[in-house]
Amino acid sequence: MARADENAGDAAGAFTGAARLVGDDVNTDYIISSRRKRVTIDADALREFLFEDYDKNLGASIQPGEILVAGRNFGCGSAMEVAVTVVRAAGVPCVLAKSFARAYYRNAINNGLMPVICDTSTIDEGDRLEITMLDDGLNVINLTKDSPVETASFSPIIMDILNAGGITSYLRTHGDFPEAI
Amino acid sequence: MTKTNGGPATMAEKILSKHCGRPCYAGESVVCRVDAAMATDGSAPMAIDYFRAMGGEKLADPKALVFALDHYAPPDNPATVALQDRIRTFSAEQGNILYDIGAGIGHQLMIERGHVRPGDLVVGADSHAVAYGAANAFAVGVGSSDLAAVMLTGKLWFRVPESIRIELTGKLPASLDAKDIALEINRTLDPQDASYRVLEFTGEGAVLLTFEERMLLSNMSTDAGAKAGIFDADAVTTTYLKNQDGLRHAITADEGAVYAKHLSIDLNTLTPRLARPPVGGQAAEIVELGQDVDTPVDMVYLGTCTGGRQSDLESALRVLRAGGGKHPRVQLVVTPASDKVYAGLAADGMLEEFIKMGALMMTPGCGSCCGTCGAIPGDEKVVISAANRNFTGRMGNPKARVFLASPAACAAAAVTGKITDPRTIM
Repeated sequence: MARADENAGDAAGAFTGAARLVGDDVNTDYIISSRRKRVTIDADALREFLFEDYDKNLGASIQPGEILVAGRNFGCGSAMEVAVTVVRAAGVPCVLAKSFARAYYRNAINNGLMPVICDTSTIDEGDRLEITMLDDGLNVINLTKDSPVETASFSPIIMDILNAGGITSYLRTHGDFPEAI
Repeated sequence: MTKTNGGPATMAEKILSKHCGRPCYAGESVVCRVDAAMATDGSAPMAIDYFRAMGGEKLADPKALVFALDHYAPPDNPATVALQDRIRTFSAEQGNILYDIGAGIGHQLMIERGHVRPGDLVVGADSHAVAYGAANAFAVGVGSSDLAAVMLTGKLWFRVPESIRIELTGKLPASLDAKDIALEINRTLDPQDASYRVLEFTGEGAVLLTFEERMLLSNMSTDAGAKAGIFDADAVTTTYLKNQDGLRHAITADEGAVYAKHLSIDLNTLTPRLARPPVGGQAAEIVELGQDVDTPVDMVYLGTCTGGRQSDLESALRVLRAGGGKHPRVQLVVTPASDKVYAGLAADGMLEEFIKMGALMMTPGCGSCCGTCGAIPGDEKVVISAANRNFTGRMGNPKARVFLASPAACAAAAVTGKITDPRTIM
């Protein structure tokens, strides 16, 4: 759990990373197989099985700081949270997708993995992406293509949770949700 | 889509309004009190970790928290036993409701044991928690961290979703199953369209469905990509829930409520549906079952929170009886959704029939659905399953090919050893 909070610190300011592409409808079982989490829920231990039933080489070759770039409906299927924590354990700070399955989107925010909704069709494997945290979302520039990527903004509660580094530190600090958000 | 305060609202908007203390509409973010929460042995250990890390010492409401040990029932290794023991220790200390191995699938128990009432807001740390929408609840699947937030505060924030109104016209033919409707909805709806939206079921076809059929449609709304799937409450609801007072709290959509989309499904003309095994990481293609007839089948799976209730197993057994039992080459695996369903089978003599046919009767729970316990299919083997998902590797072996269909269609394949239209047997 401390991991999510530590790594989310990376989110402040600008950072760059290489794009690693996956397709449409990548479900949580493809990210991490359900059968793995019955033995351990430790994200570092699960890291070696990342994308094992989808694309083993991709899973093995993802480097810390790289950015996952997906098509539509990323993280569909199960609500299992290891599908987010295992991506964090691989050192990925951010996932760009045309759309996310709802539970994955929430789990990502809660663990300080930034889920960015944008048109990913112009991004190619290995493109350098520069990401800057703004007050209401993220600014994404494709350095390789020298072009900005238009992104959807975050609501205030999402920004508050991301700025806290995740839901754990948000609630440890505030103790409760405010009445109005 | 703009809405004015005080204007007509959808069921989803009205249930969230009731729980955040003011009228709210699609697009707003609100903090709501949550009536009940459920986690499984697949999600509770992480939820307990998050709860502790949040500084949690005591549950906001122990009576509103259900843990169900269903994913690993029974566990097949000591590490899983240790995860389950962490849940037992936590529940003993906190006094929340715990259903241990063998009681059944958490989603089934939430309905069967009366933890969900019409008009409630319920979360479950498992995507198929949407099933409780059949009881006129706004029920949504969440991760372990959101569940921990509910454990700590009794509340959670929500973005108020838009709704898609699904009108079921006509009457489902007796030879078909709610599973065929669910697959047809999933074939028709683009998950991108359904994402973050709620399905609200309506129409004469919906009124005529049994409660268990409604549960199936709510259950599989998550597989369509939706946030929830809600039915109106009526006498069917209150009878099944044994909650005669339930209608007092039921929520109905307002006349003139605004929907993001309308979809109409004609049940009179529906034919059996089949989800094919996904190819190359793509989503499963859903087709008319007729297209794949005669594909040889090695294993048939009856069970899960989608197809493991008494009516599902009865429907399968009717086909098996009519066809003279199962084909000798086929492995037939049956996992009742709960101990109550299991006892019902025994009381009605159906258990004996299944056993005499050579079915493998498994411990009530999630069983083979996600490959975490129960029978695993072999390499290159073909499975037809009454479950809701067939991602590659889903049943524990990425080299197996899993088709999804109704319990009746699964039973028809068990009879002939190949994919078969159940109407040709009945």
